[in-house]
Amino acid sequence: MKKNSMKSKQSILDSITDFESAAWELPPRATFGITYDDPIAQFSKILKTVGGTAIRVPNTQALLEELATLDFLAPASNIYSAIPEFLPSTVDLAHTDTPQQLHDLDVALVRGELAVAENGAVWVTDELLRHRVVLFIAEHVILIVSVASVLQNLHEAYEQLSFGKPQYGVFISGPSKTADIEQSLVFGAQGPRTLTVFLLDEEPAA
Amino acid sequence: MRVGLFIPCYIDQLYPNVGIATVRVLERFGVDVDFPENQTCCGQPMANIGCDRAAAPLAEQFFATFRHYEHVVCPSGSCTAMVRHHYQKYLGHHEGFETLRNSVYELCEFLTDVLHIGPLEGDFPHRVGIHQSCHGLRELRLAESSERVAKPFSKPHSLLESLRGIELVSLSRGDECCGFGGTFAVTQEAVSCSMGNDRIRDHEQAGTEILTGVDMSCLMHMEGLLRRQKKPMRVMHLAEILCQSGAHCR
Amino acid sequence: MNHPQEAARFLANAKRAKWHDEALWFVRSKRDMAAADIPEWEQLRQQASQIKAHTIANLKTYLQQFEQKATDLGAHVHWARDASEHNTIVQSILRDHGARRIVKSKSMLTEECQLNPHLENAGFEITDTDLGEWIVQLRNEPPSHIVLPAIHIKKEEVGELFHQKLGTRQGSADPDYLTESARNTLRKSFLQADAAITGVNFAIAETGGIVICTNEGNADMGTGLPGLHIACMGIEKIIPRAEDLALFLRLLARSGTGQPITAYTAHHHGPRPDGQLHIVLVDNGRTEILKQEAFRNSLHCIRCGACMNTCPVYRRSGGHSYGYTIPGPIGSILASARDPKAFYTLPYASSLCGSCTDICPVNIDLHHQLLAWRSEITRQKILPLPKRLAMAALSHLMRRPRLYRLFGAISRSIGRAIPRTLLYCRFNVWGRQRELPPLPKKSFRRMFQQEAARREEKQHEK
Ligand code: SF4
Repeated sequence: MKKNSMKSKQSILDSITDFESAAWELPPRATFGITYDDPIAQFSKILKTVGGTAIRVPNTQALLEELATLDFLAPASNIYSAIPEFLPSTVDLAHTDTPQQLHDLDVALVRGELAVAENGAVWVTDELLRHRVVLFIAEHVILIVSVASVLQNLHEAYEQLSFGKPQYGVFISGPSKTADIEQSLVFGAQGPRTLTVFLLDEEPAA
Repeated sequence: MRVGLFIPCYIDQLYPNVGIATVRVLERFGVDVDFPENQTCCGQPMANIGCDRAAAPLAEQFFATFRHYEHVVCPSGSCTAMVRHHYQKYLGHHEGFETLRNSVYELCEFLTDVLHIGPLEGDFPHRVGIHQSCHGLRELRLAESSERVAKPFSKPHSLLESLRGIELVSLSRGDECCGFGGTFAVTQEAVSCSMGNDRIRDHEQAGTEILTGVDMSCLMHMEGLLRRQKKPMRVMHLAEILCQSGAHCR
Repeated sequence: MNHPQEAARFLANAKRAKWHDEALWFVRSKRDMAAADIPEWEQLRQQASQIKAHTIANLKTYLQQFEQKATDLGAHVHWARDASEHNTIVQSILRDHGARRIVKSKSMLTEECQLNPHLENAGFEITDTDLGEWIVQLRNEPPSHIVLPAIHIKKEEVGELFHQKLGTRQGSADPDYLTESARNTLRKSFLQADAAITGVNFAIAETGGIVICTNEGNADMGTGLPGLHIACMGIEKIIPRAEDLALFLRLLARSGTGQPITAYTAHHHGPRPDGQLHIVLVDNGRTEILKQEAFRNSLHCIRCGACMNTCPVYRRSGGHSYGYTIPGPIGSILASARDPKAFYTLPYASSLCGSCTDICPVNIDLHHQLLAWRSEITRQKILPLPKRLAMAALSHLMRRPRLYRLFGAISRSIGRAIPRTLLYCRFNVWGRQRELPPLPKKSFRRMFQQEAARREEKQHEK
């Protein structure tokens, strides 16, 4: 840290006096998150309202069949897939030195760690993702989530997440969108135009 | 039961009939009404503009005038809110202020929460639109506001809905402010009138024949707009409706 | 800056003002529906407010904890006392990296600090990548709303702007087409950028992470491409624990736009393996607000924009009428803290209806704070003398019940007697669009007394 900033830090901290007061105790963890009888249905419903598509598949076979019906896949020439068994990659991130090289990526398929019924969000990290920009620069994003990891609400989600190490993680809920021109909703504002989430019943082999 | 009647200055001077209607209604429910002569203004206009030094003596005057009543009743939401929520800084040091604060009621509150009058019998064959005045709504909680996620209720509605022949309209923006806002009505004249006109339009589309509410100040503002535009909608304070309809307990 | 004047100007175009009001009411209605889906909504607000109060009470501790944790993760943490120091820090980081082209996602803090003009003057090329922000940047004006920066602009105007600046088809105002054109242009900026600047929605003391919410994905596009990420945040953005995010995120997007959550909610813990993360913590007046107990909880604000959407005055006067970076109820409070004299009309730009207070996801008592600012403005004698005198005079009158009675009676009879043209002269602001109430002959107290006297008589007769 530069000297000036050091001085400013001291001066900012000096002008703050923490005041202890029982009235301002940190409340305990919230335990009142909404729950749904059918979280999968809820997740799918919400994802639809935010412009995404959820497809539940019982097993890998069904997943492959559903993938084959996605009309943006056929013409796609640049595909990054984190799970080659599901979809072969045409782009090798290990040999992609700069993220800018991914500028013409058509499709990205990655695994989502968990999903949240309440808000249709899927948690994705860059743990195995050399260039996390694939999640944003691709025209179409496909996420694979195990049905068992669909949680009720955000409180449950944060109970499971841990943030000890340097890492990037993101909740994705629907494709990129904007309503900045007269409140008209447009998908594909800057990032992906579509988001497809496969909810897989059978735990995918790690 | 004997209550101290608090009639806000502008009702005293401009809408005496609202005061009289309030007296009649209270008496009809068996309440004896005292009107202490020393009352004038609760200090809201001064407090509202920020002039605390001008407002404080009026709070003192109010305290001296009403402190010995077990119940004080006022046909105005915002003046009641002034006492309940804004007198603390002027009177907090007085012993007995807490008691006074808890004894001041807006008319609807008094009828429903103290007298527990239940459904009323009476006739009022008109289409009525209720204006939820903001201070009655969000400071006194006479009704649940549209912002909050909670079971809806409305004391003004529940007082009127059982009258024979009455039709309570439903609005597209059920509790938006009319733009009166005290001195705001003048310092922000353009916005204030625009807000008032929007409320009126909402009531027009809902078919309101008589516009009512618990605050004559809001109604005065909208009545001013209505009359200038020569619109047929009429304005009545809720107490006037209760009075005219002959409302009494079942 | 004079809010009533600006508001009147805005309202002079009645059709447009109505359009503006309805656009924002639409957002408010979406918020209502989203909130209604969550039965524990009020509990969430309550708890979020408590967490904020707790954090603000322990701000020093949490800031230090955050710095420690963020540094452990490999981020660089900087401290800026004020706007100019913030701008200098950002500039020097950029200079050290030889960065010249910058993509910036939405950050009200950088607006507050006037970072763009600062960097532009120093020769940097800075592109606001949020579509709404970019539109106002191209128009050379500030955002008029903190979440919907271009809410005051019609699609035809965007069409014309893009036609001039990007060469889109003349006369096209189709949002799909215009958004697509913006996307193509902005995509180039992203790919060429040397650095990304972002705001911060939440900074987690316990983990040293920062959270950035967008719908367009523009912040992540920025931080995912160039290796240098500078995140600028006010010191009040700290929250204690990661799990507290659950509360705030559940409230934020629902309150702001009625979405269950923003499309992208990015959690950055440390820099990219191949990049750098600089976090600039900015005071710029916040510690001053902290010292004023009456206004302290304005620091709870999570910048959701709900108080703007719901404010009947904001909707009818537009964001620019406030003349401050943050408009609406919360903006009026923050502007007053910055310079009560320059912004003294803002606390009065409210009917005190309290809708803001009921909608605020962190339970800030906004309308009471506006009222408290009015007291402060009067106490500091900023309120023009005539108004103060008028209130003092009114108070004197009201303290003398007999004089009040006399004055009332005389005024009413004068009011009834004078000709209409005089009554409705140009000094009668009330009467410009409104009738005065018909002035009664008798006051209530007079009527009451007479009635009481009659009753007594009757009693006597019996
Ligand atoms: S004050 Fe409350 S409602 Fe207004 S922007 Fe801040 S958090 Fe949202």
